[in-house]
Amino acid sequence: MPRPGFVLDVDRSTPPILFWRGENFSLEKLPAGRSRVIYPPEPLPAIDDVDGAIRHALLNPIDQDPLPSQLFPGMRLTIAFDDVSLPLPKMQRPDIRQRVIEAVLDLAAEAGVDDVHIIAALALHRRMTEAELRHAVGDRVYDAFAPRGYLYQHDAEDPAKLEFLGTTPQGEEVEINKRAAESDLLVYVNINLVAMDGGWKSTATGLASYRSLRHHHNPDTMTHSRSFMDQHRSELHKSNWRMGKVLLDSGVKVFQVETTLNTDTFPKPFDFLSKREWEWTARDRMTFLATTKALNRTPHRLARDIFHSIEAPHQMTSVQAGEVEAVHRITTEHVYKQQLVEVKGQTDILTMGIPYISPYNVHSILNPILVQVMAMGYYFNMYRGMPLVREGGVIIMTHPCRPEFNPVHHPSYIDFFEQVLADTTDPHVMSKKWEKQYAEDEWYRHLYRTGYAYHGVHPFYMWYWGTHGMQHCSRVIVVGGDQKTVRRLGFVPASTMDDALEIASDVVGRTPTITHLHTPPLMVADVSL
Amino acid sequence: MISSALAGRRIGVTGATGFVGTALVERLLRAVPDCSLVLLVRDGKRTSAAERVRREIMRNNAFDRLRSEWGDQFDARIASRVSVVSGDVGTDGLGLSPDDRRAFASCDIIIHSAASVAFDSPLDSAIEINLLGPMRIAQLLNDVGPGPSGRLAHLVAVSTCYVAGNRRGSAPEELVSAGPFDIGLSWRAEVAAARRLRGDTEAASRTPERLAGFRADARRELGAAGAPALAEKTEQCRERWVKDQLVAAGRSRAASVGWPDAYAFTKALGEQALHETKGSVPVSIVRPSIIESALAEPFPGWIRGFRMAEPVIISYARGLLKEFPGVPEGTIDVIPVDIVVAAIIAVAALGPESAPPITQVASGSTNPLKYRTLVDNVRDWFTEHPIYDSHGQPIVVPDWNFPGRGRVQKQLSRAKTVVTRAERTLQSLPLRGVQASWSARLEERRGNIERALEYVELYGLYTECEAIYQVDNLMRIHEGFDAADRATFNLDPNSVDWPLYISTIHLPSVVQHARVKTAPGKTTVDRRDRLRKQVLDPSRQVAAFDLENTLIASNVVEAYSWLATRRLNTPERIRYVARTLREAPGLLAMDRKDRADFLRYFYRRYEDAPVEQIEADAAELLSQLIMTKSFPAGLRRVREHRALGHRTVLITGALSFAVEGLRPLFDEIVAADMTKRPDGTYSGELAVVPPTGETRAQILADYCRAEGFRLEECVAYADSTSDLPLLEAVGFPVAVNPETRLAAIARKRGWLVEDWEKAEGAPRRLLPIGPLVSESEQKRFAVRSRRLF
Repeated sequence: MPRPGFVLDVDRSTPPILFWRGENFSLEKLPAGRSRVIYPPEPLPAIDDVDGAIRHALLNPIDQDPLPSQLFPGMRLTIAFDDVSLPLPKMQRPDIRQRVIEAVLDLAAEAGVDDVHIIAALALHRRMTEAELRHAVGDRVYDAFAPRGYLYQHDAEDPAKLEFLGTTPQGEEVEINKRAAESDLLVYVNINLVAMDGGWKSTATGLASYRSLRHHHNPDTMTHSRSFMDQHRSELHKSNWRMGKVLLDSGVKVFQVETTLNTDTFPKPFDFLSKREWEWTARDRMTFLATTKALNRTPHRLARDIFHSIEAPHQMTSVQAGEVEAVHRITTEHVYKQQLVEVKGQTDILTMGIPYISPYNVHSILNPILVQVMAMGYYFNMYRGMPLVREGGVIIMTHPCRPEFNPVHHPSYIDFFEQVLADTTDPHVMSKKWEKQYAEDEWYRHLYRTGYAYHGVHPFYMWYWGTHGMQHCSRVIVVGGDQKTVRRLGFVPASTMDDALEIASDVVGRTPTITHLHTPPLMVADVSL
Repeated sequence: MISSALAGRRIGVTGATGFVGTALVERLLRAVPDCSLVLLVRDGKRTSAAERVRREIMRNNAFDRLRSEWGDQFDARIASRVSVVSGDVGTDGLGLSPDDRRAFASCDIIIHSAASVAFDSPLDSAIEINLLGPMRIAQLLNDVGPGPSGRLAHLVAVSTCYVAGNRRGSAPEELVSAGPFDIGLSWRAEVAAARRLRGDTEAASRTPERLAGFRADARRELGAAGAPALAEKTEQCRERWVKDQLVAAGRSRAASVGWPDAYAFTKALGEQALHETKGSVPVSIVRPSIIESALAEPFPGWIRGFRMAEPVIISYARGLLKEFPGVPEGTIDVIPVDIVVAAIIAVAALGPESAPPITQVASGSTNPLKYRTLVDNVRDWFTEHPIYDSHGQPIVVPDWNFPGRGRVQKQLSRAKTVVTRAERTLQSLPLRGVQASWSARLEERRGNIERALEYVELYGLYTECEAIYQVDNLMRIHEGFDAADRATFNLDPNSVDWPLYISTIHLPSVVQHARVKTAPGKTTVDRRDRLRKQVLDPSRQVAAFDLENTLIASNVVEAYSWLATRRLNTPERIRYVARTLREAPGLLAMDRKDRADFLRYFYRRYEDAPVEQIEADAAELLSQLIMTKSFPAGLRRVREHRALGHRTVLITGALSFAVEGLRPLFDEIVAADMTKRPDGTYSGELAVVPPTGETRAQILADYCRAEGFRLEECVAYADSTSDLPLLEAVGFPVAVNPETRLAAIARKRGWLVEDWEKAEGAPRRLLPIGPLVSESEQKRFAVRSRRLF
């Protein structure tokens, strides 16, 4: 039986705590008596018969007819699946999406359906490479569909392949992939890593266009999502649900398949990264020592390649199919079961170690803007109830924060960093002054559609994710980051954790309370007073 | 009274655009209210004589005082009192039109101050202007004959004290030929010899060996810049060589007969020639010594030009000149310009009857400035007011030990050798961008040392000169003046307080003129920003870009390698890499020699390549090669131009299919086009001449003509001298990551230089080899690709 999440009060006997620093990590001693460390729950047990569970879900959907009864010869069937941003790190083969898609295709074949399209629902993310597609859907599916053009990627900038479906009562325009909208049935294959994923967000965001996305990917929505991980208090969630209603009303029929994974994140011998420090064995300590020593001598490009080659031993903990909202309610319960940790009271300082990966830099670089989104967008928002850090508190993160960008994946990020951030770090100001120019840039559009680049507007969305966090905290300090870069982000650089605490002291005093978010693996803090 | 003596007179002035001339014109207009002036001025290269007078004389700050005194009336008064004739004292008959001839000859007084004062002017031009100039004026006056007044004009010729030549002791106010040291030179023989030397040197410069040498020099400086640019440079090299020969000839001829340089030598012979040929023209000669900034008129410190002692002072202040030859107790004979001007006007006012035939204007005999006084004052002043280097740091001036000239020259020559060698080494390395600018900086440094060497050589002679110029005639004129004239036309050398003059008048003025940094802090950034603003001005019309090393750090060989290896298996790849590495030096050499030939030769490798496969791969090429090697700042700049409404044009020697991915950035892409065969393969031959070198300038010019744009409003970005014709053709050239030669050129010409880098974090591959396509794809193309590459 896995142990639940745990809040450790740091005392004199507590060993130094692991902090991620990009492609490296360090151990930091936290002040005794007023610090605490939040550990995520241990990975839940996996379902043994994955294929059986999938088949069972497809045959016994929630609030919908079994899938076979919805399939008929001559119908247009579209299968959409989550893109390369999920799960993190990528899972060991076979990917869960491959298993679900193969099961759906088997049923379709039995029913004599021959018009099937498989679409990567990547919204404004970069296109997946052939290798990544093969990893997600498996070679069999890829070879059967891709060469004939039936397996392809959603293009949010191809007017001929988009369909406008109407507007929500709030005036939000809903425009999604034409093939998906016109199909007799849209099967969406999801991986639900965090509570924000899934539900109507799969279709209303994953298959949408810029015209549609801008209604909820903006500073206002982000300010009013407290947090994204709490559906009842997330404006982002509500907007997607309103759009889902428009989809339903315009006759789009969605058969949602959602899966949840456990948090078994790092394979051996790196499993110590998920362990609690006082439980490290001699072997773990040796591995830590050897790894950090080796990494200190490794060129960081090479270190990055090594880390990105890690495949997680994630395993499926649940699969459910059927009507979107009903399915998602169950999914969310499963996610919370894996990730929720009860925490009493807020803290003055929230510390976090930023790892090498985010949803937006698979096989790529966690550039400074993505460091920001990891800290202020993701980790800060990993709460339910109230933020872990009190209003006016301080966030301290550790990351080298080098001014490095992947020119193929993140071309508009480079310009955003040099041009927009040099001008303003205020999300509201930049959305008015700069967003349109980037969103409609012919060159970014070209790179998004033909290359492997994130859409021109994507860095703005990344910056907007942090809106709530930046408003909430009075100071953000980056330990060990490139000074110039950190300042460009509007943060404060510090060379050591002690320096950072010193810098924070004029805001939070000499004896602040400190809380460390021991993640990854992912968790959501359920904060109450 | 001087002003009443000159009232109503017509005064002709030559050399009005010069240092003395400008001060003279201003003084006459201001202090002699009723005279009128006829200025004989040479036409400029593009401007008329009248225009030159307006721009180069009347706009000079010497006239600020007059301008404020006269207010709105300034232009009208100038127009009523000053007339301009276009002519040249360097040609027979002064090159005047018949009307101008009469107008000029009808002057009551002619003040001849035109001279070739550059101490490094070629012998023949010094002879034409300094020796024959005064004689030609006298001849013109004799030819035209007396005017309405019935008298020939009084010719006041400005000469120099240094006509006395290298000697110690007293130099009286008499003709050199009348003195005891005359060696009996014939000026006619010197004229003939100088003219012959010009012819001989011109002929010598055109021998095949020399011409080949000039070509090699041009190529070393410009690289493969294309035939027209190289031709122009070669001709420049030849002209420079001819000039150098003639300068050297002048210097050695002057030294051989006892003068410090060609200027003093030709001036001395000029006096002699004028004396012999003046006929009935009344002549007075005024001989100033070294003329420096004004003591009081038109304002203290006024100076024009920058060719006398100023470069030495500034070189010293810059720390460049660590030593300067000279005897500390020696006299350096300096005289402020307003005293010289007053003396000239006084001589003119006295008229031919009363004026002494020769008047020396010098300080050495009555109020000597000792060399040590000068040096000490200069050092003290610069210690107190240092100038700053490009990093904003004050420069500490060295102490001078007054070594002999030989030692200083040796020091400088050694420094020059070191810098030249370092420069050669750097130039032979394939450097770019910031590293390339080291070489440019070295070149600048070498230029400075060379100049310092020249100063030492030339001025050394003057500072070491120990002749004492007598000023008896000058003092007699001074003593004959009443108090009013003494106040208005101060010509007394004793009135100068040297330490005060140096520290409060001369040095501040020199520093201001030299445009050196007198305040701490960096300024280079501002210049770049200013140039950038010009480049990104909405009124620009077209922005033309080179591709390789301007927008991407890649080349045609890499693109080919990527495409060629994409479908090869591992052993074949290894073989390919080995072969390419073996060929690389040859290819590189070929590229350096002629880019177009290289491209044609290299592109033959695409022969038989299937069009369909290449086009399919070219799409991936954008992501995998071009984007990873791109300069994000460069791509951003292209889009900034587009956003401003400029047309963007890509001109590249790369093949059109390889740059297809960049289409959305440009309004027009001019690339090499390869012909296709009916069987769907490439022929390996280009449809037209690839756009390289001077062709690019032509392409852009044609584009502008067709679209109705002006080249002056175009911006061009390129990285090497092979694009020099393109860069020179447009109004706003930008050197991007320039290689050494272009860096040097850009620095000299003040072009915007951009250092664009690949994105930090871009994947770095050692070899430009395409990643393997998937197995299934490989199988599809296997048969064809085998045959191909």
